[in-house]
Parts: sequence; C-alpha cells; structure tokens
Amino acid sequence: MLLELADVEVSYGAIPALRGVRLEVAEGEIVTLLGANGAGKTTTLRSISGLLRPRRGEIYLDGRPLSSIPAHTLVGLGVSHVPEGRRVFAGMTVRENLLMGAYHDRRHVREGTERVFTLFPRLAERASQLGGTLSGGEQQMLAIGRALMSRPRLMLLDEPSMGLAPRIIQTIFEVIVEINRAGVAVLLVEQNAVQALRIAHRGYVLENGQVALTGSGADLLADDRVRQAYLGEDIPTG
Amino acid sequence: MGFADQFWQLTVDGLMVGSLYAVIALGYTLVYGVLQLINFAHSEVFMLGAFGGLFAARGLLPGGATPSGPASVGLVAAGLAVGAACGAAAAFILERVAYRPLRRRSAPRLAYLISAIGASLFAVNLAGKEFGRQNVPVPDLFTNGTLFHVFGAQVSTQTVVVLGAAVVMLVLLDRLVARTRLGQGIRAVAQDADTAVLMGVNVERVIILTFVIGGLLAGAGGFLYAMTFNASYNMGFVPGVKAFTAAVLGGIGNVRGAMLGGILLGLVESYGGYVFQASYKDVIAFLVLVGILMVRPSGLLGVRLGRAA
Repeated sequence: MLLELADVEVSYGAIPALRGVRLEVAEGEIVTLLGANGAGKTTTLRSISGLLRPRRGEIYLDGRPLSSIPAHTLVGLGVSHVPEGRRVFAGMTVRENLLMGAYHDRRHVREGTERVFTLFPRLAERASQLGGTLSGGEQQMLAIGRALMSRPRLMLLDEPSMGLAPRIIQTIFEVIVEINRAGVAVLLVEQNAVQALRIAHRGYVLENGQVALTGSGADLLADDRVRQAYLGEDIPTG
Repeated sequence: MGFADQFWQLTVDGLMVGSLYAVIALGYTLVYGVLQLINFAHSEVFMLGAFGGLFAARGLLPGGATPSGPASVGLVAAGLAVGAACGAAAAFILERVAYRPLRRRSAPRLAYLISAIGASLFAVNLAGKEFGRQNVPVPDLFTNGTLFHVFGAQVSTQTVVVLGAAVVMLVLLDRLVARTRLGQGIRAVAQDADTAVLMGVNVERVIILTFVIGGLLAGAGGFLYAMTFNASYNMGFVPGVKAFTAAVLGGIGNVRGAMLGGILLGLVESYGGYVFQASYKDVIAFLVLVGILMVRPSGLLGVRLGRAA
C-alpha cells in the first residue's frame, strides 16, 4: 500500500482532532476525503506531511513508518502537499515558486517548469509576476504546479476548489484527473463533494475525527447520508 | 565654511559609516525575517568579531614600520576573514545556547528578549574582563592618507578600504539571498515557514545558517569599525542600536531595506552632525527614525524579505 493511516490520533493541546483514523491510498488512485468543517480533513493531510505528529497510531508510506522521519524529507520520498489556501510564496515570482517546488532536487527544473506551463498556459504568461499578485485561480494553478515540480508519487490536495469560479474549478478538476492519469496517486480533500466523488475511485467521509463512511466514488455519490449531509438534499426519513 | 562647501566631504564620511551600519543591519533583518525575532545580542557578535580580527592582524603584524603594498592587503584580508569567522562562531553559539532551547519549548516572545539581553550582558562583561575595559586600537595596517578627491572631498585610504569591503559584502549578500538555493530557503522560511517545510526546506538548518551569515557580516564589519574607531568591550552597543534603527528604517525583514536604511542613516548623521553639532548626531538619527515611522510604519521598503531580492 502506498499510504496507510492506522488508527491515527491527533490532538491540538487537549482537544482531539483525529480519533483513530484508518485510511489507505493505493498507487494510481484518486481518493477523496469529505466531511464538514472541523471534521479533521486538513488535520489528516497535515499529519501525513509531518507538520503535525500523531499522539497515537502510525502513518506508513510504502509500509515504512513516518513518525521518525523529519517533515522536510517527505517530499524526497515522493509526497507533495498542496496546502489549504494555496499558500503560494507571495513575494516570489511564479518561476521562483516553481523552483521552490524543486528545492530538494534541482535536476529536473527545466522539464518540470515546461510541463507545468503546458498544463497551465496562464502561468507561462505570468512567469515573472509575483505570486501575491495572481488571482485566486492562478494561485491554485501555481500551488498545484509547484507540487508537481518534485515529481511526486502521491499528491495531497487540500480544498483546491475553495473560493474559485465554477469555470476555473472545472479546469482544476480536469488537471487533477490528468495528473492522476500520469501515474500520481491523489488524496483530495474537498467541500465540493459531487465533483470530488465524480473523479474519485474511492472516498472517505470524516465525522468528528473518525471515518464515518467509506466506499467507491459512485457508491458514496448514491448514498443517502452523503446526499443529505454534503449535497444539501432533503431525504425523507423512514 | 558652509554646508554647501562641505557637502561632498560629509557625503563621503557618511557613506563610510553608513555602509558599516548596513552590514550590521543585515544581521538583524535576516534573523527577524526567519524568526520574527530581534536578536539584541547581535551587537556583541559584532564586538567579538572586531576583537578576533584585531588580534589576528596584531599577531600577524611584523615589527617596525607600517606595512605597505601586498603586506597591507594581506593583513586587512586576514583581519576581515578572522573577524568574520569569530562573528560567525559567536552567532552560531548564541543561537544554540540562547535561542534554540526556547524554540524547542515554544517559549513566548518575551523569553527570547530576556535571553538576548542576558547573552549580551554576558558577552560584554566577558570581553571587559578578558580584553580590558579601555580602548584597544588596531595597529596601522597601511599608511592612511588622501588617495584622491571627489568633487573636492578628500577620500582616504581608510575610506576606500572600509567602503570597498562593505560594498563587496552587501553585493555578495544580496546575490546570495536572490540567487542561491540557501537564499531561496531563507526567503521561503521568512514568507511561510510551514509551506517551506512542505517544499523540503530544513527550517532548523536555514535558521542556523541565517545566524551564521549575519555573524560573518557583523564580524567583518566589526573589524572594519575597529580599524576606524578602535575596539572596546562595549563598542557594540551604539553601532548595534544604529544598525537596528537602520533595519527598522528600511523595513525590518527586508534585505535591501536594511542596506538602504544603513546608508541613509550614515548620511543623515553626517549632514546633521555638521549642520547642528557633532554631539547631536544620535539625536538626529533617532528623530529621523521616528519621523519616517510616523509616515511609513513598515519602513521605507516594507517588511517582506522576499521582495528584497
């Protein structure tokens, strides 16, 4: 298994955020992680990246426990994380932001940059502009492009559609599928449940720091509880 | 003689002192960039570097007449190198002893300030005990005299050496921050430390190297300062405060801002000291700071380290 979370518990001080999360991502999969605000989606991604350390449980990458691995070395193991809110380096140009994505290994900067510019022609036009001056959609493209620069095997995406116009969301989702087709496994956190489930092979629904539901994208899309909670549909009870 | 007659001379003198302020100010601004912390012990890094360079130059100095030619160049270079090395070592130890333990415990801001003041007092008094509490002159490493004139202003060998060395350091540092991988890491940590980690930046390593770079500059700057004004155990305080002022003036955290702030402060002091009285120099410097911060609270160039490169 590429990524495995085994009963992971994380807390902020005394407040528990994850209460024994079990989750798996196989090579080549798109897995989506759904849930309400505060359910623990971002916390899950930040724990995988080593920005937060589990109080209990273990996270495995290729069967190798990550608890003793420094966070900054994870990108070298093939994990790249597109954080919530994009977190583009505002004072660096588009090109410098992409270079940051290749910080751990500078050998493939040229091909990487070309690949990103092919995927997002808009970024090529803005190559010398500061990250902070880009629109929200362009920043999201840059954040994804930056994450691709490290040639990941697993990409963690935290709410890439947040605050974006529908047309741009469409582009972003198409690119996620394209990245996945190129062999990158994707763990996608989304509020936008319908779109996420449409492109995902499997999904998990988090509630109060635990996995409440899991299944294939299609099954979850058809599940009454999912429809009620995340798609805003009124399902008559009984 | 009026101000107009003296203008160019005052400019030359101001640029020399200002370039030293700029070199020291970089240490404050770089560390602030990565840690949002004012390293108040930086002035002692400067002082220890000055003594290191001074002892090296004195040790290497042959007896008899003032050296000249290649010997002078070699002695100044040795003083700069040893000064820089001592500054770097002092900054490294300071980070390890005074700051890192606090970082590990996620201590509040105030703890860092108290730790810095403690480290500063310790270093000053250690230097006072070891090196004596009187001025220690740097022996003449070259014959100082007027080299040439610029618009009627005399430019001495001393000025050329100090200004030349300082400008080289400023340019190198600017290129390092803008162009190298380490510089990119420093800017990334300054802008967003968490995201820098996700990119593979070893933040602890960047922090240490940032202290070391600031120490290299301050140590070499200390030697240049001692060559001009003598060394003493408490020599760090005034230039330290001035350099801090320069960093704030330019926009703390901003590399080019610190350079600009240092040069401006040197010039303003030089002009102001002539127009009013030499003893008003410091008053004028701080009035300028207060004035500019009232109009531009984030300094002349703003606070982003990333924008500086």
